[in-house]
Amino acid sequence: MLAYIIRRVAQSILVLLVVGLVAFSMFRFVGDPIDNMLGQERTQADIDRLRIELGLDQPFVVQYYKFLSTAVQGNFGVSYRQGRPVSTIIAERAPATLELAAVSGILALTIGIGLGVFTAIRRDGWASNIIMSVSLIGVSLPTFLIGILLIYLFSVELDMLPSFGRGEVVDLGWWTTGFLTESGLKALILPSITLGLYQMTLIMRLVRSEMLEVLRQDYIRFARARGLKERAVNFRHALKNTMVPVITVTGLQLGAIIAFAIITETVFQWPGVGLLFINAIQFVDIPVMAAYLMLISVMFVGINLIVDLLYFWVDPRLRADRAGGH
Amino acid sequence: MSEPVLSVRDLVVEIPTRTGVLKPVDRVSYDITEGEILGVVGESGAGKSMTGNAVIGLLDRPARISGGEILLKGRRIDNLNRDQMRRIRGKEIGMVFQDPLTSLNPLLRIGDQLTETMLAHLDISADEARDRSIAALDEVGIPAAASRIDSYPHEFSGGMRQRVVIALALCAEPALVIADEPTTALDVSVQAQIIALLKRLCRDRGTAVMLVTHDMGVIAEAADRVAVMYAGRLAELGAVREVVQRPRHPYTEGLMGSTPLASRGQRRLRQIPGSMPRLGKLPAGCAFHPRCPKAQEACRVDPGPDLSADQGRAACWFPVEQVEVAE
Ligand SMILES: Nc1ncnc2c1ncn2[C@@H]1O[C@H](COP(=O)(O)OP(=O)(O)O)[C@@H](O)[C@H]1O
Ligand SMILES: [Mg+2]
Repeated sequence: MLAYIIRRVAQSILVLLVVGLVAFSMFRFVGDPIDNMLGQERTQADIDRLRIELGLDQPFVVQYYKFLSTAVQGNFGVSYRQGRPVSTIIAERAPATLELAAVSGILALTIGIGLGVFTAIRRDGWASNIIMSVSLIGVSLPTFLIGILLIYLFSVELDMLPSFGRGEVVDLGWWTTGFLTESGLKALILPSITLGLYQMTLIMRLVRSEMLEVLRQDYIRFARARGLKERAVNFRHALKNTMVPVITVTGLQLGAIIAFAIITETVFQWPGVGLLFINAIQFVDIPVMAAYLMLISVMFVGINLIVDLLYFWVDPRLRADRAGGH
Repeated sequence: MSEPVLSVRDLVVEIPTRTGVLKPVDRVSYDITEGEILGVVGESGAGKSMTGNAVIGLLDRPARISGGEILLKGRRIDNLNRDQMRRIRGKEIGMVFQDPLTSLNPLLRIGDQLTETMLAHLDISADEARDRSIAALDEVGIPAAASRIDSYPHEFSGGMRQRVVIALALCAEPALVIADEPTTALDVSVQAQIIALLKRLCRDRGTAVMLVTHDMGVIAEAADRVAVMYAGRLAELGAVREVVQRPRHPYTEGLMGSTPLASRGQRRLRQIPGSMPRLGKLPAGCAFHPRCPKAQEACRVDPGPDLSADQGRAACWFPVEQVEVAE
């Protein structure tokens, strides 16, 4: 099992190196940093001086190495547009995105798994049929449309919830949170539903189909034949087996929530890193774009690793096989 | 004779389909007394599993009991509600399935599967359930039971897993065990061991057993009485020795003729011509008549005399007349 984990970590590092290369290449190939940083009245001397200052005269590999070693320390350079360190800007923006993603993720997981189990157990009931039909809408409508519909309904027509921004936030020094004020909580509702709806329906449909499959298995029949309570059969026996195939998809979907936050943050003008990234693209603010790319990939790779480790925790067969059998 | 543990009376199971109602079990009656092993034989599709599933209340929709009665120790159980029936499963009626590789939950330790079963039915503490689980594993012949109790199913071989399944089926000391093809999925080398184990455990406890199999050899080896099923009906019912050595229903005779059995000392195996008809395509009269060497006009019209639990042996108008052989 240790060998397996080491192999997975090595793979993850390789993936990150490749993403790092892409991010780094943006500096060289998307626009010219010298162009971006010097104004119209530049002299060749200015250009040469800056070129040496930025290390652009050095070989590619050396530059890449320097980029990586500073990035690992959390230093992504200075934003072209704001003239402040990228790490500071991202640190300011991250809480907004993480709080939004956390609420959406928890919504998607709990409601998704809950409804999935319900519709599997009551598979012919009218409630299940309604839920399944409605869920088709969740899968097929694009995120921005859902956001706009929700805004139209709850902000414009009913005037119950705000249509943009985070509301009032409380600054804890290292973190700003919207969880502690009423307007902050209210502001979270529409964006988190918008962001989590697709994942929620996806998780629900997946849990349902996996659970129906598990409920057909012999060991479920045997559990019934042993006179176990329906609750024990459904949750202790069926749900646990359902989770094995569900874990991967769910893990990746939670990663996708943060990545897709770009759209939701744009629709709701949510001051998170997604909105930051969209603005950075408009201004070709390469350091911010590179940092965002790196962060998202670190997160995806991290989630992948955690998913793999969860497998070991849930499924004893893997623990044995990967340990080298016996 | 004491009251039978299980009494099945004119049991009918129906499956409604678009093209009509199928009867995978049609007016089947039999008794099993304490400590007795009733073998149920017949070709695949004869309705053996349906009968067992009906008794334990685990028919899959849309199949349902549409007639007859099932009595357990004199008490009717075919009309109980879901929760009442659940309390009977595992506690009064245990069940052993065909494939031990898929019968156990792969994610739960076998000890946990044993204790959860005991705790569902017996008024004992978790510690006591664990002690009893070790004893139960020990009884079915799992070596070093105390250390194996925390193993997962995949850590056992097929034969060992079937022993665990038997321990699970018997752990709440049910009065009746339904074993549906308990050795069919196992290596030939362990089949006899599993049958011997089942036989010994049930004899010791006086458990009644319904042993479903399509293997006449297993029946001859283990059963006291045998019920032969054909296309959902009981063809013949009687003591194993009688049925094996002097079959009365032409179908049973054909079945015996096609099975190598040491006790019969026969030289040649003969196959019954044709195959069992599908349920939707049953012929009128006796379902066996198209394949029967002795069929006459009556067989094409009338399905044959009903076999009740206590009278008559073969559901046939023209049973095989056995020449009394001196023994
Ligand atoms: N859902 C169903 N629809 C139609 N026929 C069915 C269904 N389930 C089982 N059957 C039929 O019921 C009959 C009895 O099956 P079963 O009891 O499993 O036979 P066996 O004697 O091999 O255990 C078979 O002929 C099978 O084809
Ligand atoms: Mg069967």
